[in-house]
Amino acid sequence: MNVLTKPRWSPYTVGAGIGILSWITFGLMGKALGVSTTFVRLAGLIESIFVPAHVKANGYYAKYIIEQPAVDWQMALVVGLFIGALVSSLLGRSHKVEHVPKLWASRFGPGKGYRYLGAFVGGIFVLIGARMAGGCTSGHGISGGLQYAVGSWVFFVVLLLSGVATAFALFGKEGRKNV
Amino acid sequence: MFKFDSAQNLVLGLVAGLVFGFLLQRGAVTRYRVILGQFLWTNHTMLRVMLTAIVVGAIGIYAMHQLWAVKLHIKDTALLGNVVGGAIFGIGMVVLGYCPGTGVGALGEGSRHAIFGLLGMLVGAAVYAEFHAALKKSLLKVADLGKITLPGTSHISPWVFIAATAVIAAIVFRLLHGRDLVAGPE
Repeated sequence: MNVLTKPRWSPYTVGAGIGILSWITFGLMGKALGVSTTFVRLAGLIESIFVPAHVKANGYYAKYIIEQPAVDWQMALVVGLFIGALVSSLLGRSHKVEHVPKLWASRFGPGKGYRYLGAFVGGIFVLIGARMAGGCTSGHGISGGLQYAVGSWVFFVVLLLSGVATAFALFGKEGRKNV
Repeated sequence: MFKFDSAQNLVLGLVAGLVFGFLLQRGAVTRYRVILGQFLWTNHTMLRVMLTAIVVGAIGIYAMHQLWAVKLHIKDTALLGNVVGGAIFGIGMVVLGYCPGTGVGALGEGSRHAIFGLLGMLVGAAVYAEFHAALKKSLLKVADLGKITLPGTSHISPWVFIAATAVIAAIVFRLLHGRDLVAGPE
C-alpha cells in the first residue's frame, strides 16, 4: 500500500517525524514548535477591531501583536496544521465528520448542545492553563521537553496527572469500555 | 499598526504546519477517542508519539547546538505557574478532548465539535490577557527560576539525559506493548 494513502502511521514513525520537524524549525528557522501563542494573537486582533485602545494598553497583547509581528510564522504554522490534517485525512480516507464522540455520548447523552458547551468550556481552560504555564503540549511538552527545560517537564507531568484524574472523575472505570 | 512576519518566515511556518498537521492526523492524535484513551489509560498512542518526538528531537537539536551553535529556545520556569497551568490545562484537555495543536488538526480531520473548543481557546486567551499583569506580580513570581534546564542546573551532559530518556522510553514502550485496550485508532 502506498505510504501516503495508508490511513494511519505507527506512533513511533509520527513521533520521529515530529522530532525531525523540530530539527528543521530550530536549525533552519531558529524557532521552536508551538501553537498556543497564536490564540493570544488572534484574540488580540479580534478584540482590536472593537476596542483598539484597550488592546494597545494591555501589555500582554502589546508584547505579541505590537512589539512582534501580529501575523507571525506560528500563525502560518497553525493554518498549515489545519490544511495538513485535512489533506492527510482525505488522502488516507480517514476523514470523518464527528459531532458527539461515543465516549462523551455514553456519559452526557447524544445531544450536540452539551458536547459543544463542553468543548467550549474545555477550550477556555486549555488556553488559560497554557498561557499561565507558558506553553502547551507542543511548546512545552515537545519543544520544551526535548530541550530538558525544567518547567516544561513539570508542566508535562502535571498535565498528565491532572488529565488522568479528570478523565476518571468524569468517565470513571466504566468509561474505559466506551472510549 | 500591525506588522506581518517576513514572507520567508510565513512560508516556512506554513510548510512546517502542513507537515505537523499531516503527522498528527496520521498518528490519530487528532481523534477525541485517542486522546481520551490516553487519559483513561487504555490507549497509549499519545505517549508513544510524544516520547519518541522528544528523544529524536533532542538528539538532533543538542547535536546542532554543540556542533553549529544552533540556539536553544528555553521557556521560563516559573514553577507555580507551570504546576497550576498544567493542572488547568489537563482538566481542559480532557473536557475538550484536544490540546491547541490537535484541536486545529481535529477540525481539519472532520471533528466539528472541535470548532467550539477553538472558540473557547480564543475566549480563554482573551480572559488570560486581562489577568496576566496581576498574575505576573503574584503567582508567576513564586519559584521563578528563569530559563533553566536539567543539564544546565545539574552540570550533567545533556547526552546523559537523552540516553536516560531513550532507555526509559524503550522500557515504557515495552511495558505498554499490547496493553492498549482499544483495538487501535481507526
